[in-house]
Amino acid sequence: MENQSITELAKSLRAKHVSSVELAQIYLQRIKQHPELNCYISVTEEFALQQALAADVMLAKGEGSLLTGIPIAHKDIFCTEGVKTSCGSKMLDNFIAPYNATVVEKLNRAGAVMLGKLNMDEFAMGSSNETSYYGPVKNPWALAAVPGGSSGGSAAAVSARLAVCATGTDTGGSIRQPASHCGITGLKPTYGRVSRYGMIAYASSLDQGGPMTRSAEDAAVLLQAMAGYDDKDSTSVDQPVPDYSAGLNQSLQGVSIGLPKEFFGEGLDAGVAATLQAAVAEYQKLGATVKEVSIPNLKLAIPAYYVIAPAECSANLSRFDGVRFGYRCQNPEDLLDLYTRSRGEAFGKEVKRRILMGTYALSAGYYDAYYIKAQKIRRLISDDFKQALAEVDVLMGPVAPTTAFAAGEMIDDPIAMYLSDIYTIAVNLAGLPAMSVPAGFSGGKPVGLQIIGNYFAEQQLLNIAHQYQQITDWHQHIPKGFE
Amino acid sequence: MEWETVIGLEIHTQLATQSKIFSGAATAYGAEPNTQACAVDLGLPGVLPVLNADAVHMAVKFGLAIEAQIAPYSIFARKNYFYPDLPKGYQISQMELPIVGLGHLDIEVDGVTKRIGITRAHLEEDAGKSLHEDFHGLSGIDLNRAGTPLLEIVSQPDMRSAKEAVAYMRKLHELVRYLGICDGNMQEGSFRCDANVSVRPKGQAEFGTRAEIKNINSFKFVEKAINFEVERQIDLIESGGKVVQETRLYDANKDETRSMRSKEEANDYRYFPDPDLLPVFIDEAYKAQVKATMPELPEAKKQRFKAQYGLDEENTAILTSSRPLADYYEALVKASGCEAKLCANWVTGDLLGALNKAGLDITESPVDYQRLGGLLVRIADDTISGKIGKQVFEYLWQGSATADDIIAEKGLKQVTDTGAIEAIIDQIIAANPEQVEQYRSGKDKVFGFFVGQVMKEMQGKASPGEVNKMLKDKLK
Repeated sequence: MENQSITELAKSLRAKHVSSVELAQIYLQRIKQHPELNCYISVTEEFALQQALAADVMLAKGEGSLLTGIPIAHKDIFCTEGVKTSCGSKMLDNFIAPYNATVVEKLNRAGAVMLGKLNMDEFAMGSSNETSYYGPVKNPWALAAVPGGSSGGSAAAVSARLAVCATGTDTGGSIRQPASHCGITGLKPTYGRVSRYGMIAYASSLDQGGPMTRSAEDAAVLLQAMAGYDDKDSTSVDQPVPDYSAGLNQSLQGVSIGLPKEFFGEGLDAGVAATLQAAVAEYQKLGATVKEVSIPNLKLAIPAYYVIAPAECSANLSRFDGVRFGYRCQNPEDLLDLYTRSRGEAFGKEVKRRILMGTYALSAGYYDAYYIKAQKIRRLISDDFKQALAEVDVLMGPVAPTTAFAAGEMIDDPIAMYLSDIYTIAVNLAGLPAMSVPAGFSGGKPVGLQIIGNYFAEQQLLNIAHQYQQITDWHQHIPKGFE
Repeated sequence: MEWETVIGLEIHTQLATQSKIFSGAATAYGAEPNTQACAVDLGLPGVLPVLNADAVHMAVKFGLAIEAQIAPYSIFARKNYFYPDLPKGYQISQMELPIVGLGHLDIEVDGVTKRIGITRAHLEEDAGKSLHEDFHGLSGIDLNRAGTPLLEIVSQPDMRSAKEAVAYMRKLHELVRYLGICDGNMQEGSFRCDANVSVRPKGQAEFGTRAEIKNINSFKFVEKAINFEVERQIDLIESGGKVVQETRLYDANKDETRSMRSKEEANDYRYFPDPDLLPVFIDEAYKAQVKATMPELPEAKKQRFKAQYGLDEENTAILTSSRPLADYYEALVKASGCEAKLCANWVTGDLLGALNKAGLDITESPVDYQRLGGLLVRIADDTISGKIGKQVFEYLWQGSATADDIIAEKGLKQVTDTGAIEAIIDQIIAANPEQVEQYRSGKDKVFGFFVGQVMKEMQGKASPGEVNKMLKDKLK
């Protein structure tokens, strides 16, 4: 039962092979059996059983959607009414959200059953899940390795069958990189496709929520429920949401794939490169054509991102001041003491580092040299992608230069950690949709293939991923010990 | 040395929208603390701002009224600073690319018209309020005001005296109320002023160092604060000192300004475009749409009142000082069909006098234009005299009866029966032979005595014209 896809489970539920409550119990049991992964910050057992009961009632009446009764878990960045929403930080360890994020609301309405809230890098800042106040998440494929980040809890949980599917968010690769490292399918939608309301902001112009699932088919179902215009989010785009599942059976005959040469240059692990070449060869078998393209300004993506994202985060995180909610230091002497100690004691190192970088970049006298310059680079990178995507239908390349690295390996070398996001960050700067699709293994650890499409081409991306998953079984591999 | 004062004003007008600028919470003043603050106003994690279209409409309306350039593309920015009543740790405002660009407003001081430039007007959200009393050493925070829309109107440094500054402020106050974009209530903080003041030797081209005086909330205080500040700066320079650029606070109780913070202590607000909000695009069609909702502006109304009603400068100025008052007057003229001057005299005289005494606004007048009109009709058709009219007005003010009811009930109708008047005149003449003798020997003054006696006897209910005429005949 724990290996069935969303579509299969929907059938099982309707055929009464299993009830929603039983399904929730199976997953809650598995979560209890695998505390070593540290995927969950909160398990909402009571809540899940209530929702499952309601789902069973709906299903009995012949109502509900494909997601009705399906156990899901949310990255702890999404506000969930009445449930702790920590964002992986000591700052919000005591924060019970008084409202639901739009994404949560939509999934509740679709009848999905929330198992709990998933671990993540603190305020989504990190690529290894090691910056969480709740401790690191482990990679189910290799417990000594990181699961990636920031949506590491989501990726590990889906991979280890501790949830059927999960929500994640991606600011610089935070859905795709952990999906790649944990061997699951992750999709970062076009900026504006999924509402950001109730998703605790890290870098507002880059943050985007998306599905993390075992297959492209599941991702289509989950994205269907998550996507759409929200009048509470001015940056969400008022454009119809196509039927993603209905678009999954298009032939790839004649589809053109661009391989940006900068994605395959220096720094890319040979094992990863070989895995990706094999994946591209499979696409050629499916009738796709392949061509080299270029994203000439790719190398500028990291410096530009590490100006823009920290600048935005320095303001976004100002509301955590110990005054209205969240952590407050003991016995503040005065206002300044309240601010400095509350923030000093509750934010972790990486969060402080980014707030400081962003504050610096926005300061008088530096603004033009950093923030404005970074915005110009952002435009150049968007233009590079625009040009490449004028030549081909989609781009393919690595998600990360290596497979999951060892825990502790990079945590004290932030620059090295930042550089490992080179292939994902540029996509956020351009606002394009992109996926990570399991494409094989290198050294026993999963390798993800990144597929980047044009704005609002999620349907095309999902189909391209799905076609590949029809002729390969990488996405069906289960980490040892989690069968 | 002769000194010249240079003043620029920054005026924060609270826009009269129903809901806040970036949330759906109500903006009404005076509610219980923190009952009008929703998740967005509280700055809860995850919330996002959504721009209120009415606020944009009002800003554009203002821009059109001052003949300003309306930005085809404007953006919101975050102004970063920490304060307990600023929930997000930044204020959403506009820095580069404000919605309203260069415009102007004409003021009149001592009969001379002067054009004051308006550099810009931008939209922003208000902060909440910190309450430092009543909390036993702690501070309370009321976020009802957080997110209230403000239009900050920044003038050019074009004013040369406190008097000009006050004239500009009054003119602006009148304009925003006319436009219906601000209630203008200064006690409630709907219209607040910061003044940038500097002095320079007369004839010098460059400006002196300026001080910014914060939050001056009445016309009187603006004048006093500027005058104090000008003297302080002149004294300082003349005694060999130097003005430093700083923010000062006006203390109305002591009538002085004092330093709040110097330039060195000033915050670096680290403005940057707010990524949560889209740019605002305004095209010609939208401007035309706003223009269609534009009321007649004060200047145009003044010209029209003079021409249409033949009013003098003083009555025109009073009657057009607010839109509701002008509307009241026009409705009165129309409904009563009375002479425009009669209407004007009654509104500016008795009605406004009574309202001022009672501390009421024209919109709160116990006597509406229909009932006042009913009174004026009876004066015009000589049913009662103007003097009796004042008595009737008193009754109108106190109750809800019409003038006709009051006249009938109190028996105030003028006596038109000339026989009755004649009888009384004869009686008075007979009773006062001495005065009759005096009058006939040329003492015209005594005539007033006879009029008074007759009116007294008639309890004021005789037409004064009629009495005069008949008395003159009889006393010949």
